[in-house]
Amino acid sequence: MAYLIALAIWAAGWFINAKLANGPQSDTRGISLLIPIIFGITIVAMWEVLVTMLGVSPIILPPPSMIAARFATSIPMLWADFEQTILKGALTGYIVGMIAAFAVALLADRSDFLTKGILPVGAFMAALPIVGTAPIFVKWLGSDWESKAAVVAVMVFFPILVNTVAGLKDTSAMQRDLMRTYGAGYWPTLFKLRLPAALPFIFNGLKIATTLALIGAIVAEFFGSPTVGMGFRISTSVGQLALDMVWAEIVVAALAGSAFYGAMAFFEKRVTFWHPSQR
Amino acid sequence: MNIKGIIPALTVVGFILLIWTVAVVPMNAHLTADQAQRDGLVMTPEAPRDRQDFAGLTLALKNPAIIPLAYNLERPRLPSPHQVAAELYTTVFTKAPTSRRSLVYHAWVTLSATLLGFVIGTTLGVMLAVGIVYNRTMDKSVMPWAITSQTIPILALAPMIIVMLGAIGIQGLLPKSIISAYLSFFPVVVGMVKGLRSPDGMQLDLLRTYSASANQGFWKLRLPASMPYLFTSLKIGISAALVGAIVGELPTGARAGFGARMLVGDQYGQPIVTWAALFGAAITAALLVAILSFIEKRTLRRMGMGAV
Repeated sequence: MAYLIALAIWAAGWFINAKLANGPQSDTRGISLLIPIIFGITIVAMWEVLVTMLGVSPIILPPPSMIAARFATSIPMLWADFEQTILKGALTGYIVGMIAAFAVALLADRSDFLTKGILPVGAFMAALPIVGTAPIFVKWLGSDWESKAAVVAVMVFFPILVNTVAGLKDTSAMQRDLMRTYGAGYWPTLFKLRLPAALPFIFNGLKIATTLALIGAIVAEFFGSPTVGMGFRISTSVGQLALDMVWAEIVVAALAGSAFYGAMAFFEKRVTFWHPSQR
Repeated sequence: MNIKGIIPALTVVGFILLIWTVAVVPMNAHLTADQAQRDGLVMTPEAPRDRQDFAGLTLALKNPAIIPLAYNLERPRLPSPHQVAAELYTTVFTKAPTSRRSLVYHAWVTLSATLLGFVIGTTLGVMLAVGIVYNRTMDKSVMPWAITSQTIPILALAPMIIVMLGAIGIQGLLPKSIISAYLSFFPVVVGMVKGLRSPDGMQLDLLRTYSASANQGFWKLRLPASMPYLFTSLKIGISAALVGAIVGELPTGARAGFGARMLVGDQYGQPIVTWAALFGAAITAALLVAILSFIEKRTLRRMGMGAV
Protein backbone atom coordinates (compact mmCIF):
# COMPACT_ATOMS: atom_id res chain seq x y z
CA MET A 1 0.00 0.00 0.00
CA ALA A 2 2.73 2.42 1.00
CA TYR A 3 4.62 1.66 -2.18
CA LEU A 4 1.49 2.24 -4.24
CA ILE A 5 0.87 5.65 -2.68
CA ALA A 6 4.51 6.61 -3.14
CA LEU A 7 4.34 5.48 -6.74
CA ALA A 8 1.17 7.51 -7.25
CA ILE A 9 2.84 10.61 -5.80
CA TRP A 10 5.83 10.07 -8.06
CA ALA A 11 3.63 9.57 -11.12
CA ALA A 12 1.59 12.68 -10.34
CA GLY A 13 4.66 14.84 -9.80
CA TRP A 14 6.31 13.52 -12.92
CA PHE A 15 3.16 13.98 -14.98
CA ILE A 16 2.85 17.65 -13.98
CA ASN A 17 6.53 18.26 -14.61
CA ALA A 18 6.49 16.52 -17.97
CA LYS A 19 3.50 18.66 -18.98
CA LEU A 20 5.22 21.83 -17.79
CA ALA A 21 8.65 20.99 -19.24
CA ASN A 22 7.32 20.10 -22.67
CA GLY A 23 4.68 22.78 -22.65
CA PRO A 24 4.83 26.02 -24.60
CA GLN A 25 5.97 28.23 -21.71
CA SER A 26 8.64 25.92 -20.28
CA ASP A 27 11.45 28.46 -20.71
CA THR A 28 9.83 31.28 -18.78
CA ARG A 29 11.34 32.17 -15.43
CA GLY A 30 8.38 31.11 -13.32
CA ILE A 31 8.01 27.68 -14.88
CA SER A 32 11.71 26.87 -14.73
CA LEU A 33 11.57 27.72 -11.04
CA LEU A 34 8.35 25.79 -10.46
CA ILE A 35 9.51 22.49 -11.99
CA PRO A 36 12.40 21.80 -9.60
CA ILE A 37 10.20 22.90 -6.68
CA ILE A 38 7.54 20.36 -7.65
CA PHE A 39 10.28 17.74 -8.01
CA GLY A 40 11.57 18.56 -4.53
CA ILE A 41 8.09 18.39 -3.01
CA THR A 42 7.49 15.04 -4.73
CA ILE A 43 10.65 13.57 -3.19
CA VAL A 44 9.83 14.90 0.29
CA ALA A 45 6.24 13.63 0.08
CA MET A 46 7.41 10.16 -0.98
CA TRP A 47 9.95 10.16 1.84
CA GLU A 48 7.22 11.07 4.36
CA VAL A 49 4.78 8.44 3.10
CA LEU A 50 7.31 5.62 2.87
CA VAL A 51 8.93 6.26 6.24
CA THR A 52 5.69 6.67 8.23
CA MET A 53 3.65 3.94 6.52
CA LEU A 54 6.43 1.34 6.48
CA GLY A 55 7.22 2.15 10.11
CA VAL A 56 10.89 2.86 9.48
CA SER A 57 12.55 3.60 12.81
CA PRO A 58 13.36 7.31 13.25
CA ILE A 59 16.82 6.16 14.32
CA ILE A 60 17.44 5.19 10.71
CA LEU A 61 15.54 7.84 8.81
CA PRO A 62 13.19 10.33 10.47
CA PRO A 63 10.25 11.56 8.37
CA PRO A 64 10.40 15.17 7.11
CA SER A 65 7.53 16.23 9.40
CA MET A 66 9.52 15.16 12.46
CA ILE A 67 12.58 17.06 11.21
CA ALA A 68 10.45 20.16 10.62
CA ALA A 69 8.97 19.88 14.12
CA ARG A 70 12.41 19.52 15.66
CA PHE A 71 13.63 22.47 13.61
CA ALA A 72 10.77 24.66 14.80
CA THR A 73 11.21 23.78 18.49
CA SER A 74 15.00 24.22 18.63
CA ILE A 75 15.49 27.46 16.75
CA PRO A 76 17.45 29.15 19.59
CA MET A 77 19.87 26.22 19.74
CA LEU A 78 20.22 26.06 15.97
CA TRP A 79 20.84 29.80 15.88
CA ALA A 80 23.60 29.51 18.51
CA ASP A 81 25.22 26.71 16.50
CA PHE A 82 24.88 28.74 13.32
CA GLU A 83 26.47 31.75 14.96
CA GLN A 84 29.38 29.73 16.35
CA THR A 85 30.17 27.70 13.22
CA ILE A 86 29.14 29.83 10.28
CA LEU A 87 29.36 33.43 11.45
CA LYS A 88 32.41 33.11 13.70
CA GLY A 89 34.31 30.16 12.24
CA ALA A 90 33.55 29.96 8.54
CA LEU A 91 33.05 33.63 7.75
CA THR A 92 36.12 34.90 9.61
CA GLY A 93 38.27 32.20 8.04
CA TYR A 94 36.84 32.93 4.61
CA ILE A 95 37.68 36.62 4.83
CA VAL A 96 41.19 36.00 6.20
CA GLY A 97 41.92 33.35 3.56
CA MET A 98 40.55 35.57 0.81
CA ILE A 99 42.69 38.56 1.77
CA ALA A 100 45.79 36.38 2.10
CA ALA A 101 45.13 34.78 -1.29
CA PHE A 102 44.69 38.18 -2.99
CA ALA A 103 47.90 39.47 -1.42
CA VAL A 104 49.94 36.46 -2.53
CA ALA A 105 48.33 36.57 -5.98
CA LEU A 106 49.33 40.22 -6.46
CA LEU A 107 52.85 39.37 -5.26
CA ALA A 108 53.09 36.41 -7.62
CA ASP A 109 51.74 38.50 -10.44
CA ARG A 110 54.73 40.85 -10.36
CA SER A 111 57.10 38.08 -11.38
CA ASP A 112 56.63 35.56 -14.16
CA PHE A 113 58.88 33.12 -12.35
CA LEU A 114 56.73 33.14 -9.22
CA THR A 115 53.52 32.70 -11.21
CA LYS A 116 54.96 29.65 -12.94
CA GLY A 117 55.94 28.24 -9.58
CA ILE A 118 52.79 29.07 -7.62
CA LEU A 119 50.25 27.82 -10.16
CA PRO A 120 51.24 24.11 -10.15
CA VAL A 121 51.98 24.05 -6.42
CA GLY A 122 48.70 25.85 -5.70
CA ALA A 123 46.72 23.51 -7.95
CA PHE A 124 48.33 20.56 -6.19
CA MET A 125 47.57 21.94 -2.74
CA ALA A 126 43.97 22.75 -3.73
CA ALA A 127 43.42 19.05 -4.47
CA LEU A 128 44.73 17.94 -1.08
CA PRO A 129 42.53 16.69 1.73
CA ILE A 130 43.08 19.90 3.70
CA VAL A 131 40.49 18.80 6.27
CA GLY A 132 43.40 16.80 7.70
CA THR A 133 44.88 20.03 9.06
CA ALA A 134 41.94 20.29 11.47
CA PRO A 135 43.48 18.28 14.36
CA ILE A 136 46.70 20.28 14.07
CA PHE A 137 45.00 23.66 14.22
CA VAL A 138 42.73 22.58 17.06
CA LYS A 139 45.88 21.63 19.02
CA TRP A 140 47.56 24.96 18.28
CA LEU A 141 44.74 27.44 18.64
CA GLY A 142 42.43 25.79 21.13
CA SER A 143 38.99 24.35 20.51
CA ASP A 144 37.02 27.58 20.08
CA TRP A 145 36.18 29.20 16.76
CA GLU A 146 39.70 30.57 16.12
CA SER A 147 41.02 27.14 15.16
CA LYS A 148 38.03 26.60 12.84
CA ALA A 149 38.68 29.95 11.19
CA ALA A 150 42.31 28.90 10.62
CA VAL A 151 41.27 25.60 9.00
CA VAL A 152 38.83 27.48 6.77
CA ALA A 153 41.42 30.13 5.86
CA VAL A 154 43.87 27.45 4.71
CA MET A 155 41.17 25.56 2.80
CA VAL A 156 39.89 28.57 0.85
CA PHE A 157 43.35 30.04 0.25
CA PHE A 158 44.46 27.82 -2.64
CA PRO A 159 41.35 27.82 -4.86
CA ILE A 160 41.11 31.62 -4.60
CA LEU A 161 44.85 32.02 -5.21
CA VAL A 162 44.94 29.76 -8.27
CA ASN A 163 41.89 31.43 -9.82
CA THR A 164 43.10 34.96 -9.12
CA VAL A 165 46.55 34.32 -10.57
CA ALA A 166 45.00 32.71 -13.65
CA GLY A 167 42.55 35.61 -13.97
CA LEU A 168 45.24 38.27 -13.79
CA LYS A 169 46.87 36.67 -16.84
CA ASP A 170 43.66 36.82 -18.82
CA THR A 171 44.15 39.93 -20.88
CA SER A 172 45.18 40.00 -24.54
CA ALA A 173 48.43 41.58 -25.69
CA MET A 174 46.36 44.07 -27.66
CA GLN A 175 44.55 45.30 -24.54
CA ARG A 176 47.80 45.66 -22.62
CA ASP A 177 49.42 47.49 -25.55
CA LEU A 178 46.48 49.86 -25.63
CA MET A 179 47.04 50.65 -21.95
CA ARG A 180 50.70 51.30 -22.72
CA THR A 181 49.81 53.75 -25.49
CA TYR A 182 47.74 55.60 -22.89
CA GLY A 183 50.92 55.82 -20.81
CA ALA A 184 49.47 53.72 -17.97
CA GLY A 185 51.95 52.19 -15.53
CA TYR A 186 51.65 48.95 -13.57
CA TRP A 187 49.07 50.08 -11.01
CA PRO A 188 46.66 51.89 -13.34
CA THR A 189 46.84 48.90 -15.70
CA LEU A 190 46.16 46.60 -12.79
CA PHE A 191 43.17 48.51 -11.48
CA LYS A 192 41.63 49.65 -14.77
CA LEU A 193 42.25 46.63 -16.97
CA ARG A 194 43.57 43.48 -15.36
CA LEU A 195 41.60 43.31 -12.11
CA PRO A 196 38.24 43.86 -13.84
CA ALA A 197 39.22 41.28 -16.46
CA ALA A 198 40.16 38.84 -13.68
CA LEU A 199 36.84 39.20 -11.83
CA PRO A 200 35.04 36.25 -13.49
CA PHE A 201 37.93 34.00 -12.48
CA ILE A 202 38.12 35.47 -8.97
CA PHE A 203 34.41 34.93 -8.43
CA ASN A 204 34.74 31.36 -9.65
CA GLY A 205 37.30 30.78 -6.91
CA LEU A 206 35.20 32.61 -4.34
CA LYS A 207 32.14 30.49 -5.17
CA ILE A 208 34.08 27.20 -4.88
CA ALA A 209 35.46 28.46 -1.57
CA THR A 210 32.01 29.07 -0.01
CA THR A 211 31.28 25.33 0.21
CA LEU A 212 34.81 24.57 1.37
CA ALA A 213 34.48 27.14 4.14
CA LEU A 214 31.37 25.47 5.58
CA ILE A 215 32.86 21.98 5.24
CA GLY A 216 36.07 23.09 6.96
CA ALA A 217 34.26 24.76 9.85
CA ILE A 218 31.93 21.79 10.45
CA VAL A 219 34.54 19.04 10.06
CA ALA A 220 37.07 20.84 12.27
CA GLU A 221 34.55 20.64 15.11
CA PHE A 222 34.75 16.85 14.99
CA PHE A 223 38.27 17.29 16.41
CA GLY A 224 37.25 19.23 19.46
CA SER A 225 34.95 22.16 20.10
CA PRO A 226 33.16 23.99 22.86
CA THR A 227 29.66 22.67 23.58
CA VAL A 228 28.11 24.64 20.77
CA GLY A 229 28.47 24.54 17.02
CA MET A 230 27.05 22.59 14.08
CA GLY A 231 29.82 20.00 13.91
CA PHE A 232 29.63 19.44 17.66
CA ARG A 233 25.83 19.09 17.55
CA ILE A 234 25.97 16.68 14.61
CA SER A 235 28.52 14.40 16.22
CA THR A 236 26.85 14.37 19.66
CA SER A 237 23.33 13.94 18.23
CA VAL A 238 24.54 11.03 16.14
CA GLY A 239 25.90 9.52 19.33
CA GLN A 240 22.49 9.94 21.01
CA LEU A 241 20.71 8.62 17.89
CA ALA A 242 18.75 11.88 17.72
CA LEU A 243 18.76 11.88 13.95
CA ASP A 244 16.00 14.48 13.69
CA MET A 245 18.42 16.97 15.28
CA VAL A 246 21.14 15.95 12.82
CA TRP A 247 18.79 16.52 9.91
CA ALA A 248 17.74 19.88 11.34
CA GLU A 249 21.42 20.89 11.38
CA ILE A 250 21.78 19.64 7.81
CA VAL A 251 18.85 21.83 6.79
CA VAL A 252 20.62 24.78 8.41
CA ALA A 253 23.86 23.87 6.62
CA ALA A 254 22.03 23.58 3.30
CA LEU A 255 20.29 26.93 3.75
CA ALA A 256 23.50 28.63 4.87
CA GLY A 257 25.51 27.09 2.03
CA SER A 258 22.98 28.09 -0.61
CA ALA A 259 22.64 31.60 0.82
CA PHE A 260 26.41 32.08 0.98
CA TYR A 261 26.83 30.84 -2.60
CA GLY A 262 23.85 32.89 -3.71
CA ALA A 263 25.31 36.03 -2.16
CA MET A 264 28.56 35.50 -4.06
CA ALA A 265 26.67 34.85 -7.29
CA PHE A 266 24.66 38.03 -6.67
CA PHE A 267 27.81 40.15 -6.23
CA GLU A 268 29.27 38.50 -9.30
CA LYS A 269 26.26 39.51 -11.34
CA ARG A 270 26.48 43.09 -10.16
CA VAL A 271 30.23 43.41 -10.73
CA THR A 272 30.76 41.38 -13.91
CA PHE A 273 27.62 42.41 -15.76
CA TRP A 274 29.74 43.00 -18.87
CA HIS A 275 30.93 39.39 -19.13
CA PRO A 276 29.32 37.20 -21.84
CA SER A 277 28.32 34.53 -19.29
CA GLN A 278 26.14 37.08 -17.44
CA ARG A 279 24.22 38.36 -20.43
CA MET B 1 54.32 19.73 -16.72
CA ASN B 2 57.33 20.66 -18.82
CA ILE B 3 60.88 21.16 -17.63
CA LYS B 4 60.50 24.95 -17.63
CA GLY B 5 57.73 24.72 -15.07
CA ILE B 6 59.63 22.42 -12.71
CA ILE B 7 62.31 24.88 -11.57
CA PRO B 8 59.85 27.61 -10.47
CA ALA B 9 57.64 24.99 -8.80
CA LEU B 10 60.62 23.54 -6.94
CA THR B 11 61.60 27.04 -5.86
CA VAL B 12 58.16 27.62 -4.37
CA VAL B 13 58.24 24.23 -2.64
CA GLY B 14 61.71 25.05 -1.32
CA PHE B 15 60.45 28.38 -0.02
CA ILE B 16 57.56 26.67 1.80
CA LEU B 17 60.00 24.16 3.33
CA LEU B 18 62.24 27.03 4.42
CA ILE B 19 59.41 28.84 6.21
CA TRP B 20 58.40 25.56 7.82
CA THR B 21 61.95 24.86 9.02
CA VAL B 22 62.34 28.35 10.45
CA ALA B 23 58.96 28.18 12.18
CA VAL B 24 59.87 24.97 14.01
CA VAL B 25 62.09 26.84 16.53
CA PRO B 26 59.62 29.46 17.82
CA MET B 27 56.70 27.01 17.71
CA ASN B 28 58.51 24.45 19.83
CA ALA B 29 60.59 26.80 21.99
CA HIS B 30 58.57 26.47 25.19
CA LEU B 31 58.22 22.70 25.02
CA THR B 32 61.90 22.32 24.18
CA ALA B 33 62.97 24.57 27.05
CA ASP B 34 60.89 22.53 29.52
CA GLN B 35 62.41 19.30 28.24
CA ALA B 36 65.96 20.71 28.25
CA GLN B 37 65.54 21.85 31.84
CA ARG B 38 64.44 18.38 32.89
CA ASP B 39 67.56 17.05 31.16
CA GLY B 40 69.74 19.31 33.33
CA LEU B 41 70.38 22.35 31.17
CA VAL B 42 70.13 25.80 32.72
CA MET B 43 67.44 27.94 31.12
CA THR B 44 66.92 31.69 31.35
CA PRO B 45 64.47 32.51 32.86
CA GLU B 46 64.58 29.58 35.19
CA ALA B 47 60.93 29.12 36.18
CA PRO B 48 58.68 27.58 33.46
CA ARG B 49 55.98 30.02 34.58
CA ASP B 50 58.14 33.04 33.69
CA ARG B 51 59.00 31.57 30.32
CA GLN B 52 55.34 31.80 29.31
CA ASP B 53 55.75 35.58 29.24
CA PHE B 54 58.18 35.40 26.35
CA ALA B 55 57.37 34.79 22.70
CA GLY B 56 58.83 31.62 21.25
CA LEU B 57 61.41 33.43 19.19
CA THR B 58 62.73 35.56 22.08
CA LEU B 59 62.97 32.49 24.26
CA ALA B 60 64.99 30.65 21.61
CA LEU B 61 67.35 33.62 21.19
CA LYS B 62 67.87 33.81 24.96
CA ASN B 63 68.69 30.10 25.06
CA PRO B 64 70.50 29.27 21.81
CA ALA B 65 71.14 25.77 23.12
CA ILE B 66 67.52 24.75 22.58
CA ILE B 67 67.51 25.61 18.87
CA PRO B 68 68.96 22.30 17.65
CA LEU B 69 66.88 20.42 20.24
CA ALA B 70 63.67 21.92 18.87
CA TYR B 71 64.09 19.92 15.68
CA ASN B 72 64.19 16.57 17.44
CA LEU B 73 61.48 16.93 20.06
CA GLU B 74 59.54 13.73 20.58
CA ARG B 75 56.12 15.39 20.82
CA PRO B 76 56.53 18.75 19.07
CA ARG B 77 53.82 21.28 18.39
CA LEU B 78 55.25 21.58 14.90
CA PRO B 79 57.29 18.59 13.75
CA SER B 80 60.29 19.42 11.61
CA PRO B 81 60.26 18.30 7.96
CA HIS B 82 62.87 15.61 8.54
CA GLN B 83 60.83 14.08 11.37
CA VAL B 84 57.78 13.79 9.14
CA ALA B 85 59.90 12.39 6.31
CA ALA B 86 61.47 9.85 8.68
CA GLU B 87 58.05 8.78 10.01
CA LEU B 88 56.77 8.43 6.46
CA TYR B 89 59.84 6.40 5.51
CA THR B 90 59.62 3.99 8.44
CA THR B 91 55.86 3.48 8.20
CA VAL B 92 55.87 3.02 4.43
CA PHE B 93 59.07 1.13 3.66
CA THR B 94 60.25 -0.66 6.79
CA LYS B 95 56.95 -2.17 7.97
CA ALA B 96 55.22 -5.06 6.26
CA PRO B 97 52.26 -3.72 4.24
CA THR B 98 49.88 -5.98 6.17
CA SER B 99 50.97 -4.67 9.57
CA ARG B 100 48.72 -2.24 11.41
CA ARG B 101 51.75 -0.01 11.89
CA SER B 102 52.26 0.34 8.17
CA LEU B 103 50.93 3.45 6.48
CA VAL B 104 50.52 1.39 3.31
CA TYR B 105 47.93 -0.70 5.16
CA HIS B 106 46.02 2.40 6.26
CA ALA B 107 46.36 3.93 2.81
CA TRP B 108 44.81 0.81 1.32
CA VAL B 109 41.86 0.92 3.73
CA THR B 110 41.07 4.51 2.73
CA LEU B 111 41.93 3.96 -0.92
CA SER B 112 39.67 0.93 -1.33
CA ALA B 113 36.70 2.91 0.01
CA THR B 114 37.67 5.85 -2.22
CA LEU B 115 37.95 3.78 -5.39
CA LEU B 116 34.75 1.80 -4.79
CA GLY B 117 32.88 5.05 -4.11
CA PHE B 118 34.46 6.75 -7.10
CA VAL B 119 33.38 3.97 -9.46
CA ILE B 120 29.82 3.96 -8.07
CA GLY B 121 29.58 7.76 -8.16
CA THR B 122 31.00 8.07 -11.66
CA THR B 123 28.78 5.34 -13.10
CA LEU B 124 25.62 6.83 -11.61
CA GLY B 125 26.74 10.34 -12.56
CA VAL B 126 27.26 9.44 -16.22
CA MET B 127 23.93 7.63 -16.34
CA LEU B 128 22.07 10.57 -14.83
CA ALA B 129 23.83 12.96 -17.21
CA VAL B 130 22.67 10.91 -20.21
CA GLY B 131 19.15 10.99 -18.82
CA ILE B 132 19.31 14.74 -18.32
CA VAL B 133 20.57 15.36 -21.84
CA TYR B 134 17.94 13.17 -23.51
CA ASN B 135 14.94 13.88 -21.30
CA ARG B 136 13.66 17.40 -21.06
CA THR B 137 11.56 16.75 -17.94
CA MET B 138 14.54 15.29 -16.12
CA ASP B 139 16.71 18.21 -17.19
CA LYS B 140 14.24 20.74 -15.84
CA SER B 141 13.54 18.94 -12.56
CA VAL B 142 16.88 17.41 -11.57
CA MET B 143 19.51 19.76 -12.95
CA PRO B 144 18.71 22.73 -10.65
CA TRP B 145 18.97 20.39 -7.65
CA ALA B 146 22.27 18.99 -8.91
CA ILE B 147 23.66 22.52 -9.06
CA THR B 148 22.18 23.60 -5.72
CA SER B 149 23.51 20.49 -4.03
CA GLN B 150 27.04 21.68 -4.76
CA THR B 151 26.49 24.65 -2.48
CA ILE B 152 25.58 22.38 0.45
CA PRO B 153 28.32 21.10 2.74
CA ILE B 154 27.53 17.45 2.04
CA LEU B 155 30.28 16.26 4.33
CA ALA B 156 28.05 17.23 7.24
CA LEU B 157 26.05 14.16 6.26
CA ALA B 158 29.00 11.82 6.73
CA PRO B 159 28.56 10.89 10.39
CA MET B 160 24.85 10.37 9.92
CA ILE B 161 25.21 8.10 6.92
CA ILE B 162 27.66 5.95 8.84
CA VAL B 163 25.38 5.62 11.84
CA MET B 164 22.31 5.11 9.68
CA LEU B 165 23.91 2.27 7.77
CA GLY B 166 25.43 0.92 10.97
CA ALA B 167 21.91 0.72 12.45
CA ILE B 168 20.79 -1.57 9.62
CA GLY B 169 23.93 -3.64 9.92
CA ILE B 170 26.15 -2.25 7.18
CA GLN B 171 29.63 -1.37 8.36
CA GLY B 172 33.17 -1.01 7.15
CA LEU B 173 33.86 -0.24 3.52
CA LEU B 174 30.41 0.54 2.17
CA PRO B 175 29.35 3.56 4.29
CA LYS B 176 32.61 5.36 3.49
CA SER B 177 32.20 4.47 -0.17
CA ILE B 178 28.72 5.95 -0.21
CA ILE B 179 30.09 9.27 1.03
CA SER B 180 32.83 9.11 -1.58
CA ALA B 181 30.30 8.22 -4.26
CA TYR B 182 28.09 11.15 -3.28
CA LEU B 183 31.00 13.59 -3.48
CA SER B 184 32.26 12.39 -6.87
CA PHE B 185 28.73 12.10 -8.25
CA PHE B 186 27.84 15.76 -8.80
CA PRO B 187 31.03 16.99 -10.45
CA VAL B 188 30.61 14.12 -12.92
CA VAL B 189 26.94 14.92 -13.57
CA VAL B 190 27.60 18.60 -14.18
CA GLY B 191 30.71 17.98 -16.31
CA MET B 192 29.10 15.20 -18.35
CA VAL B 193 25.97 17.24 -19.09
CA LYS B 194 28.17 20.07 -20.32
CA GLY B 195 30.26 17.63 -22.35
CA LEU B 196 27.36 15.77 -23.94
CA ARG B 197 25.91 19.13 -24.98
CA SER B 198 29.21 20.44 -26.33
CA PRO B 199 28.73 19.40 -30.01
CA ASP B 200 27.44 22.47 -31.80
CA GLY B 201 24.57 22.75 -34.23
CA MET B 202 26.81 22.35 -37.24
CA GLN B 203 28.13 18.99 -36.06
CA LEU B 204 24.65 17.75 -35.19
CA ASP B 205 23.39 18.88 -38.59
CA LEU B 206 26.23 17.08 -40.30
CA LEU B 207 25.20 13.85 -38.58
CA ARG B 208 21.65 14.45 -39.73
CA THR B 209 22.81 14.77 -43.34
CA TYR B 210 24.49 11.37 -42.89
CA SER B 211 21.05 10.21 -41.67
CA ALA B 212 22.62 8.89 -38.48
CA SER B 213 20.28 7.44 -35.86
CA ALA B 214 19.98 8.86 -32.35
CA ASN B 215 22.05 5.94 -31.12
CA GLN B 216 24.84 6.63 -33.57
CA GLY B 217 24.69 10.30 -32.69
CA PHE B 218 25.34 9.38 -29.08
CA TRP B 219 28.16 6.88 -29.59
CA LYS B 220 29.92 8.62 -32.47
CA LEU B 221 29.51 12.29 -31.61
CA ARG B 222 28.21 13.17 -28.16
CA LEU B 223 30.14 10.63 -26.11
CA PRO B 224 33.55 11.29 -27.73
CA ALA B 225 32.96 15.04 -27.53
CA SER B 226 32.27 14.79 -23.80
CA MET B 227 35.60 13.13 -22.97
CA PRO B 228 37.64 16.26 -22.11
CA TYR B 229 34.84 17.42 -19.80
CA LEU B 230 34.55 13.97 -18.24
CA PHE B 231 38.24 13.81 -17.39
CA THR B 232 38.22 17.28 -15.84
CA SER B 233 35.31 16.20 -13.63
CA LEU B 234 36.96 12.89 -12.79
CA LYS B 235 40.04 14.68 -11.50
CA ILE B 236 37.89 16.89 -9.25
CA GLY B 237 35.76 13.90 -8.29
CA ILE B 238 38.57 11.61 -7.20
CA SER B 239 40.15 14.07 -4.79
CA ALA B 240 36.68 14.83 -3.42
CA ALA B 241 36.13 11.08 -3.03
CA LEU B 242 39.33 10.73 -1.03
CA VAL B 243 38.36 13.59 1.27
CA GLY B 244 34.97 11.91 1.69
CA ALA B 245 36.52 8.60 2.69
CA ILE B 246 38.82 10.32 5.20
CA VAL B 247 36.00 12.34 6.74
CA GLY B 248 33.91 9.17 6.85
CA GLU B 249 36.51 7.68 9.16
CA LEU B 250 36.52 10.59 11.60
CA PRO B 251 33.27 10.74 13.55
CA THR B 252 32.82 7.10 14.50
CA GLY B 253 36.36 6.39 15.57
CA ALA B 254 37.32 4.03 12.76
CA ARG B 255 40.28 1.79 13.54
CA ALA B 256 42.12 1.98 10.24
CA GLY B 257 42.66 4.42 7.41
CA PHE B 258 44.16 7.90 7.06
CA GLY B 259 41.31 9.49 9.01
CA ALA B 260 41.79 7.03 11.86
CA ARG B 261 45.52 7.76 11.91
CA MET B 262 44.89 11.50 12.12
CA LEU B 263 42.47 10.93 14.96
CA VAL B 264 44.82 8.57 16.81
CA GLY B 265 47.74 10.97 16.46
CA ASP B 266 45.52 13.73 17.78
CA GLN B 267 44.10 11.84 20.75
CA TYR B 268 47.31 10.15 21.92
CA GLY B 269 49.47 13.26 21.52
CA GLN B 270 51.58 11.98 18.65
CA PRO B 271 51.60 14.90 16.24
CA ILE B 272 54.15 13.23 13.98
CA VAL B 273 51.65 10.44 13.28
CA THR B 274 49.00 13.02 12.34
CA TRP B 275 51.40 14.85 10.05
CA ALA B 276 52.56 11.66 8.38
CA ALA B 277 48.94 10.64 7.76
CA LEU B 278 48.23 14.08 6.32
CA PHE B 279 51.17 13.86 3.95
CA GLY B 280 50.33 10.25 3.13
CA ALA B 281 46.83 11.35 2.13
CA ALA B 282 48.26 14.27 0.15
CA ILE B 283 50.62 12.01 -1.78
CA THR B 284 47.82 9.52 -2.43
CA ALA B 285 45.59 12.30 -3.78
CA ALA B 286 48.38 13.60 -6.00
CA LEU B 287 49.07 10.09 -7.33
CA LEU B 288 45.40 9.47 -8.10
CA VAL B 289 45.12 12.76 -9.99
CA ALA B 290 48.41 12.06 -11.80
CA ILE B 291 47.17 8.61 -12.91
CA LEU B 292 43.94 10.17 -14.23
CA SER B 293 45.94 12.88 -16.03
CA PHE B 294 48.06 10.21 -17.66
CA ILE B 295 45.00 8.24 -18.83
CA GLU B 296 43.44 11.50 -20.00
CA LYS B 297 46.48 12.40 -22.10
CA ARG B 298 46.69 8.94 -23.68
CA THR B 299 42.95 8.75 -24.39
CA LEU B 300 42.62 12.24 -25.81
CA ARG B 301 45.70 11.78 -27.97
CA ARG B 302 44.31 8.54 -29.42
CA MET B 303 41.06 10.35 -30.11
CA GLY B 304 42.94 13.13 -31.87
CA MET B 305 42.12 15.79 -29.28
CA GLY B 306 45.28 15.90 -27.20
CA ALA B 307 47.47 17.86 -29.59
CA VAL B 308 49.09 19.91 -26.85
